[in-house]
Amino acid sequence: MIALEKRPQPSRGWTYATPILAVILTMICGGLLFAALGKNPFETIRTIFLDPLFSEFAFYYRPQLLIKGAPLVLIAIGLSFGFRAGIWNIGAEGQYIVGAICGAAVGLAFYPTESIFIFPLMVLAGAIGGFVWAMIPGVLRVKFGTNEILVSLMLVYVAEQLLASMALGALRNPEGMGFPGSRNLAQYDAASSWIDQSIGMHWGVVSAFIAVIFAYVALSRHIFGFHVRLAGQSPRAARFAGVNPGALILICMGLSGALAGLAGLFEVAGPAGQISIDFNIGYGFTAIIVAFLGRLHPIGILLAGGLMALTYIGGEIAQSNLGLPLAAIQMMQGMLLFFLLAVDVLTNYRVRFGQGKPA
Amino acid sequence: MTIKTILAGATLALGLATGVAAQDTTTVGFVYVGPVGDGGWTYEHDKGRLAVEEHFGDAVDTVFVESVPEGPDAERVMTQMALNGADLIFTTSFGYMDQTVAVAEKFPDVKFEHATGYKRADNVSTYSARFYEGRAVQGHIAGEMTESNIIGYIASFPIPEVIRGINSAYIHAKEVNPDVEFKIVWAYTWFDPAKEAEAASVLIEQGADVILQHTDSTAPQAAAQSAGNVVTFGQASDMAEFGPFPRVSSIIDNWAPYYIARTQAVIDGTWESTDTWDGIAPGMVEIGEITEAVPAEVKASAEAMIEAMRSGEYNPFTGPLNKQDGSAWLAEGEVADDGTLAGMDFYVEGLAGEIPQ
Repeated sequence: MIALEKRPQPSRGWTYATPILAVILTMICGGLLFAALGKNPFETIRTIFLDPLFSEFAFYYRPQLLIKGAPLVLIAIGLSFGFRAGIWNIGAEGQYIVGAICGAAVGLAFYPTESIFIFPLMVLAGAIGGFVWAMIPGVLRVKFGTNEILVSLMLVYVAEQLLASMALGALRNPEGMGFPGSRNLAQYDAASSWIDQSIGMHWGVVSAFIAVIFAYVALSRHIFGFHVRLAGQSPRAARFAGVNPGALILICMGLSGALAGLAGLFEVAGPAGQISIDFNIGYGFTAIIVAFLGRLHPIGILLAGGLMALTYIGGEIAQSNLGLPLAAIQMMQGMLLFFLLAVDVLTNYRVRFGQGKPA
Repeated sequence: MTIKTILAGATLALGLATGVAAQDTTTVGFVYVGPVGDGGWTYEHDKGRLAVEEHFGDAVDTVFVESVPEGPDAERVMTQMALNGADLIFTTSFGYMDQTVAVAEKFPDVKFEHATGYKRADNVSTYSARFYEGRAVQGHIAGEMTESNIIGYIASFPIPEVIRGINSAYIHAKEVNPDVEFKIVWAYTWFDPAKEAEAASVLIEQGADVILQHTDSTAPQAAAQSAGNVVTFGQASDMAEFGPFPRVSSIIDNWAPYYIARTQAVIDGTWESTDTWDGIAPGMVEIGEITEAVPAEVKASAEAMIEAMRSGEYNPFTGPLNKQDGSAWLAEGEVADDGTLAGMDFYVEGLAGEIPQ
C-alpha cells in the first residue's frame, strides 16, 4: 500500500526539487511520445533542450532565447505578486496588447522626428496603458465584488478587437499601400527598443532582469512582499496585520498590468516592430504557466521563462530538422505543467510505502 | 548591423563546409501559417511540398514548420532553415512579407518565394493565384442556389486579395440574381475553427442560406451541415468530405506544378526573381467537382464560365462596373488591369457596408 501523509509544513527540499523532477519526467514521457512517433527520442530531446544552446548555430539561437524569454519573464513577475495574494489576473494578454498600442501610438505620433525623449515617453505610455486596462477588473472587483478572473479574461477579447481596429485605422501605415499594420518602429531609431540586435539585447530584456531583482527584494525584504504573502496564506491574519484588501488588489492588478503593458511596448518597438492585427501571440497566457513553473519566485520565474523559451525555439528546430509535428511539441510543453502540478504532492505530502500505522 | 555580418560569415562558412554535399541534394523549406492538417490553405501547400518530394526523390529534401505566427517567430524559423542549409524557402502567408525580405537580405545565396505578397528582391520572388476566378464561379452558383437571397461571407483580413474575392463573387451572384444581398463577417484570422464556426452560425441566424469563406478550416462546412439547408464551398482545398451537400463545389489551390518548377530552376541554376500570378488556365486554380446538389443547368452554365476563363475569353472583372460609391470604374467591355486588382481597396456597386478601416 502506498499512503500519503500530510506534512506539517511544506518540505523545503522538495519545493526546489519538484521543478527539476518535473522537467526530468517530461523528458522521459516526451521521449516515449517521440519514440512512438518513430523519432529517435534521444536525438529529439537533445534537439529541443540542448541544440539552441550548444549546436553549431547556437550563436544565433542564444540571443533568440533572450528575445523569446524576456516578455514571458516580465509578465510572469507581475502576475506572481497577485497570484501569491490570491488575486487572479488572467488577462495579461489584454494588458500586453493595450500597452503595445499606447506605446506605439506615442512613438508614431512623433514620427519622423528624432529625440532621446521619445522612447522614454513610449515606455511610460506602455506602462500606463497596461495599468489602466488592469484597473478595470481591479476597480470592479473592489467596488462591486465582480470576479476579476472573468473580467480580466473577457477584456483580452476586447483588447484584440481594439488592436485590429488600430492596425486597420488610426495607426495604419499611410505608406503601406492600404495593407493593415503600422509603420515599423524597429526601423525608427528614436522609437526602437533594440540595444544590440546581434546579441538579442533590447530594453525589454534589461527590464525583465531589473524586474526580477526588484521582485526578489520586495518579496524577501520589504513589508509589501510580506503583506502579499500573508494575504495569500491567511487573509484573516492579513487583516489583523493592517493589510487593506482593496488596496492590495489594486496594487497587485496595477503592477501586473503595468509590467504586461511594458512587455507589449518593448515587443512592438523591437522584435515585432509594428502593430498588426495578430500582434499578440499568447505571451500573456504562457506567462501564467511560467509564473507557476517558477514557483511564483522571481529567480524561479527567470529560469522557467528561459526553459519555456528553450522549448519554443528547440521545438521549431525539431520541427524543421526532424519533421516532428507541432502538436507533439505542444503536448510536451503541456506535460511540463502537468508534471509540475502532479509532483507538487511531494511538497505537501509524505509518501509512505507498506502498511501505514492506523490513524 | 552586426548580425548581418555574423550571419553572412556563417553562411559563407556553411557554404564552404557543405559545398560538396550541397551539390547532391537540394533542400527546400516551407513555412506554414496553419497546421498541415487544416484541410485548407496550409494543407494544399503541404500537398505541393509532398509533390516536390515525390517528383525529385532523393535529389531534394524538404523541411517544414507549421503554425508559425506572423512576426518575430517567422523570422527566426526562416533564419533557422537558411542556417541549416535550405536552398529555397517558400513562405506561404501574406503576413510573412517583411520577415521574408529581412531574412533574404542576410542570406543572399538562398532563394525565397513569398506567397501573396508584393515585396521582391534579387533573391525574393512572389507568387499567388487568381483565386478571384474561382470566386466568380462560386458567386454564380451561390446566386442561383440561394432562396433567401442572403449570402454570408466569412472574410479574413481586409487586404486586396480578400476584397477581390468578395467583389468577384458578388458581381457574379448579382448577375444571375439581382435581389441578392451579401452579409460579410470579418474574422481577422486565416485559421480558427472556433471563430469560423461562430461566424457561420451568426450568418445562418441572419438568414444566409449560402456561406462563402476566405478562411481555411472546415468549421463553416460543419456548421452548415448541422443547420441542414445551407450551401458551402470548399476553400483552398476540395473539402470533398462535406460533399455532395453542404459542400457543392470548391476552389482548390494547386501549388504542386509551381513548386516543382521553381525547385527545378534552383537545381538548374536558372532561378530568377519573378512575380507569378496564375489562374485557372495554367492550373494553379482548380474548381472542385460541382455536385449533384446543384441543378443541372446551373452546373452547365458554371462549367461554361470555367471554360471561358480557361480559354481566356472571359475576365471576371469586365465592365460595365461601378465602385460602391457609384463612381464609374470599368466601361462597357473594359477589363480590370492587374495593378488595380493587386491593390483593390474598394467594393463594387451594390455591396453594403464598409471595408474596415
